[in-house]
Amino acid sequence: MMGCLQKLILFLLTFLVTVPVATTARSAESIPFPSQEWSFNGPFGTFNRGELQRGFQVYKEVCATCHSLNFISFRNLTDLGFNENEIKAIAAEFQVEDGPNNEGEMFERAAIPSDMWPAPYPNDNAARASNNGALPPDLSLMVDARAGGADYLYALLSGYHEIPQGKEVGEGMYYNAYYPGNQIAMPSPLVDDGVEYVDGTRATLVQQARDVTAFLAWATEPNMEQRKRMGVMVIIFLLVMTVLFYYSKKKIWSDVH
Amino acid sequence: MSGPKLTNPVVRWIDHRLPVFTFLHHEMHEYPTPKNLNYWWNFGSLAGITLVIMIVTGIILSMHYTAHVDHAFQSVERIMRDVNYGWLIRYIHANGASFFFIVVYIHIFRGLYYGSYKAPRELLWMLGVVILLLMMATAFMGYVLPWGQMSFWGATVITNLFSAIPLVGESIVTLLWGGFSVDNPTLNRFFSLHYLLPFVIVGVVVLHIIALHRFGSNNPLGIDVRGDQDTISFHPYYTVKDMFGLSVFLTIMAAVVFFLPNSMGHPDNYIPANPMVTPAHIVPEWYFLPFYAILRAVPDKLLGVLAMFAAIAVLFVLPWLDRSPVRSASFRPIYKIMFWVFLLDCVALTYLGAMPAEGIYVVLSRLCTVYYFFHFIVLLPALSIFETPRSLPRSIGKPVLGGGNGIPAPAPAAAREKP
Repeated sequence: MMGCLQKLILFLLTFLVTVPVATTARSAESIPFPSQEWSFNGPFGTFNRGELQRGFQVYKEVCATCHSLNFISFRNLTDLGFNENEIKAIAAEFQVEDGPNNEGEMFERAAIPSDMWPAPYPNDNAARASNNGALPPDLSLMVDARAGGADYLYALLSGYHEIPQGKEVGEGMYYNAYYPGNQIAMPSPLVDDGVEYVDGTRATLVQQARDVTAFLAWATEPNMEQRKRMGVMVIIFLLVMTVLFYYSKKKIWSDVH
Repeated sequence: MSGPKLTNPVVRWIDHRLPVFTFLHHEMHEYPTPKNLNYWWNFGSLAGITLVIMIVTGIILSMHYTAHVDHAFQSVERIMRDVNYGWLIRYIHANGASFFFIVVYIHIFRGLYYGSYKAPRELLWMLGVVILLLMMATAFMGYVLPWGQMSFWGATVITNLFSAIPLVGESIVTLLWGGFSVDNPTLNRFFSLHYLLPFVIVGVVVLHIIALHRFGSNNPLGIDVRGDQDTISFHPYYTVKDMFGLSVFLTIMAAVVFFLPNSMGHPDNYIPANPMVTPAHIVPEWYFLPFYAILRAVPDKLLGVLAMFAAIAVLFVLPWLDRSPVRSASFRPIYKIMFWVFLLDCVALTYLGAMPAEGIYVVLSRLCTVYYFFHFIVLLPALSIFETPRSLPRSIGKPVLGGGNGIPAPAPAAAREKP
């Protein structure tokens, strides 16, 4: 009987191993990039609050000039370790349109924690007009929306190298070692010491790329830590249940010959 | 075959007028089941439970989902971020679809290996194929609902297949779309049907179970049950065995839901649908890949569509293609090999469906497609004539007992079969 059971488990495990392989194989034209150690990798992975806050600073001071973050509201920033007053202060830096008021007029007011992160452009056409025809994508889901996830984003952000000999780059395009086709409309967004970190960390380009990637991983799935924590408990519960049913089955079947 | 001993007077009162307790006792408690079923027989009940999981999570999701092109993507993200445990419900539902197909495909291949489609279970098998078709339609429309890039372009590619049908093709496509392109009316009708079809599946599942209980389960030996010594009651023997299987299944499913929730999805579906931008590769969900490979293997559009549907239609007539009187592959030396070759062929088609349609992949897809049909249309009928099966055991009790000296010689199979 265990023979059959082992076969069954082997079959399912084989499947679980082959599916991600097949998924990776689909994005055949992407350029291979190195994988990174992330604090949020693995079943017990958590976000590093310091990394998230630095990444948020990079997003706010650099990326937010062109990229929206439509699914994040100010109140979500509690996840990063900010307290309520800090969040109110961050929100108050922004003006948002509200209304109509009792006179029927739209009006501007300071943002409050329940507001969504304000987009840099009123619409896609305005975004294209300001960016040489290219549309800067929303960043709320970036890590799940790209094959390779965080590893790819980090490679992309730190992949603005010199154009190798024999490579042509079109008008208004920039060379990137990891972007599919090697030509990207976004100029290198990060430079050494482009931001001055509040916590005193030296803001090298790769440090910023790392931090902002971690921040985007959080923005993509703010519930990740809760998911993994719950997952560990559920798996433990189910393993105990499996063992109990295994011995129940064995006992009940002991009189079948 | 006695009724249950009902001691509670209220229960007895109800049962006398509406015999639900007698029915449940008869069909789920004393229901005589071959005692030699192995773990491959767990997958039927697993499929049923997965269907329930899908319906329950689906109903909850629909309470928060908005079927409108301007809000669908956003409402799904709201579920992921702001609905209490919405991420859990959605990840269970999205991965549950994949697990439903894993379970059902294993269930089908178990039927193929042990000849469960043969007389007198032909209708049971055909109802199963109907369930598979309904599942495919439901899964396809469900994948459209988040309105991501793969949703939109998958819907565009698959609905366009119907335009290959002569004369009425274009009208059918317009009807599917509710307009002249995949747009808001398409999303609305897909949502409506995605909600409806699972309940149709439940109906066919009920018929599937009624047909199953007419003759009872097939078994690994593929021989008929000879009497009470060959069977045990469903409860507690198979209920506890199914619960053990379910625990293993749920553990594996939980591992994916909690730790690899997006491993079976496509990153492009986290990009909102955009009719102006076509993804580099439009790839269906993994469970459609073998059929997608068959579709692309045929150079002609109409013939490709026909081949794809024929790949499932051939399953309907399988009981009449395989004429061998022996059910289980354990006693069919050549069929046993052919089964594994066929399984390999299906795995290869799955892989090829995920690859770009170019170079060596096209050649391999064609070879595998030809073999798929060759297996059903040529090999199986020929085998029923040329294959010499090994001699069958006399009864289920005998091999389990390891002796069988005390068991009277059974009557020939044909004499025992009910009309």
